[in-house]
Amino acid sequence: MTSYPRILPVGDTAFTVEFGAAIEERLVAQVQALDAELAAHPIPGVRETTPSYRALLVVYAPQHSPALTVRAALEQALARMGSAALPEKRRLEIPVHYGGSDGPDLEEVARSHGLTPAEVIARHTAPTYRVAMLGFAPGFAYLLGLDPRLATPRLATPRPHVPAGSIGIAGDQTGVYALDTPGGWRLIGRTSLALFDPARPEPFTLQAGDVVRFVEG
Amino acid sequence: MGEGIMRGTTKAMGALEILEAGLLTTVQDAGRCGWLRYGVPPSGPLDAVAFQAANTLVGNPPQAAGLEITWSGPTLRITRDALVAVCGADFELWAGRLPVPTWHSVALRAGQVLRFGARRSGARAYLAVDGGVALPPYLGSQATYLPGGFGGLEGRALRAGDRLPLSPGQRDPFAAAGKPWPASSRPPYSPHPTLRVILGPQAEAFTAEGLATFLNAAYTLTPASNRMGARLQGPAIAHAGAADIISDGVIAGCVQVPADGQPIILLADHQTTGGYPKIAAVLQADLPLVAQLLPGDQVRFQAVALPLSPRTC
Repeated sequence: MTSYPRILPVGDTAFTVEFGAAIEERLVAQVQALDAELAAHPIPGVRETTPSYRALLVVYAPQHSPALTVRAALEQALARMGSAALPEKRRLEIPVHYGGSDGPDLEEVARSHGLTPAEVIARHTAPTYRVAMLGFAPGFAYLLGLDPRLATPRLATPRPHVPAGSIGIAGDQTGVYALDTPGGWRLIGRTSLALFDPARPEPFTLQAGDVVRFVEG
Repeated sequence: MGEGIMRGTTKAMGALEILEAGLLTTVQDAGRCGWLRYGVPPSGPLDAVAFQAANTLVGNPPQAAGLEITWSGPTLRITRDALVAVCGADFELWAGRLPVPTWHSVALRAGQVLRFGARRSGARAYLAVDGGVALPPYLGSQATYLPGGFGGLEGRALRAGDRLPLSPGQRDPFAAAGKPWPASSRPPYSPHPTLRVILGPQAEAFTAEGLATFLNAAYTLTPASNRMGARLQGPAIAHAGAADIISDGVIAGCVQVPADGQPIILLADHQTTGGYPKIAAVLQADLPLVAQLLPGDQVRFQAVALPLSPRTC
């Protein structure tokens, strides 16, 4: 059996710290705890980190800090992390207009589950979600916490153009498009909230760890 | 008087005018740092060694913005006296009617035309101009990210008629011209390089035979390759189980193997997270060799160990 957490090299400029091999709230919390620990106590030579569901990617500059040093510092951070208090989560409400041209797949998602569109909306607005990671495209947020009754496979053929702000479902995940990109998620609605504005000091509205609720409106 | 000052300033800063763009010419600097967690890749030059050499030859800091030139080169006019250098792929290069060498600093007079001719080898060349290209940064960088449509000039490849503003350059470009970049400091480019890799982080997602295939077979670059990834074709690499993992963070150099068993080396415009198992990652020092591959060129992979024991000087 693999024992976690484990630190594995990713080439000669990164390590990945794996906390498990599942999509679970518990693992996401550990990834974010280590990320917060490294933000509070930076390791010299570490350039940036990418949190994801069950792993934290730690990118370093080997010319500034050799692999051995970074690895040892990561082990120390893991040892410290257990006792560290988690930072306060940011809580955001995202207003969503469901259906119509903003959510062209709402009817199909409802039909495939034997629900009405209103029931899909009720089930989508009920939970609180946690942003597990951003990836795939700039600002695209993967959210944990979808009602299992809403799980729907991706489109067989991705759309060449998904407008920014679209809310989609793929498998047992829900996600938010921050920029216009191609995409294969089932689109059920769209927010008017600007999720990306390059002119802002913090251009992306969502980040890993945020707690999100969708509200109809 | 005010007009005189304006004219003086314009002359000192100058611009690079694109007369012909070439197949795919983009503005790149050292790339974006700190945005991986938001899904924004680093972008920047695929061959960082050639890019930095060009900048160093013209007296720029290594991260100054210049041009990445792919497969076929542009024709450009410079509006001020300038020191330029072209490094990376080997092109015929003309300053006006005069042939000039790559991997050298070359002085150009205001109004002179720099023209790329036939490409002799390699895929990507880098043009640096003293002072550097001076476009407004986007998320802290001028690097062009085509899939996102941002960075560089309007987030796109350059076209004939474009005009790139430059920062002020050398006081006397002619005094600094004619310097070569030593051949011994250039990457060992080859149409059939051996790329050093560190296995993992998902080497265990492959069978022993799959790993042996990866390390023993030759893989050919396909035309589907771009700045996001070098797509290779060769003997299929066998997965031990499912060909997907829970998506996690990736960097340039990661070798992903999707269900078809054909490896993809991620490059500077890569998506920041990926759901295919990563059999290995190419050493940073060997990525310039990938940048210079042409479709049909063949690579092999050689596993090396990460230096995890203390080094003694």
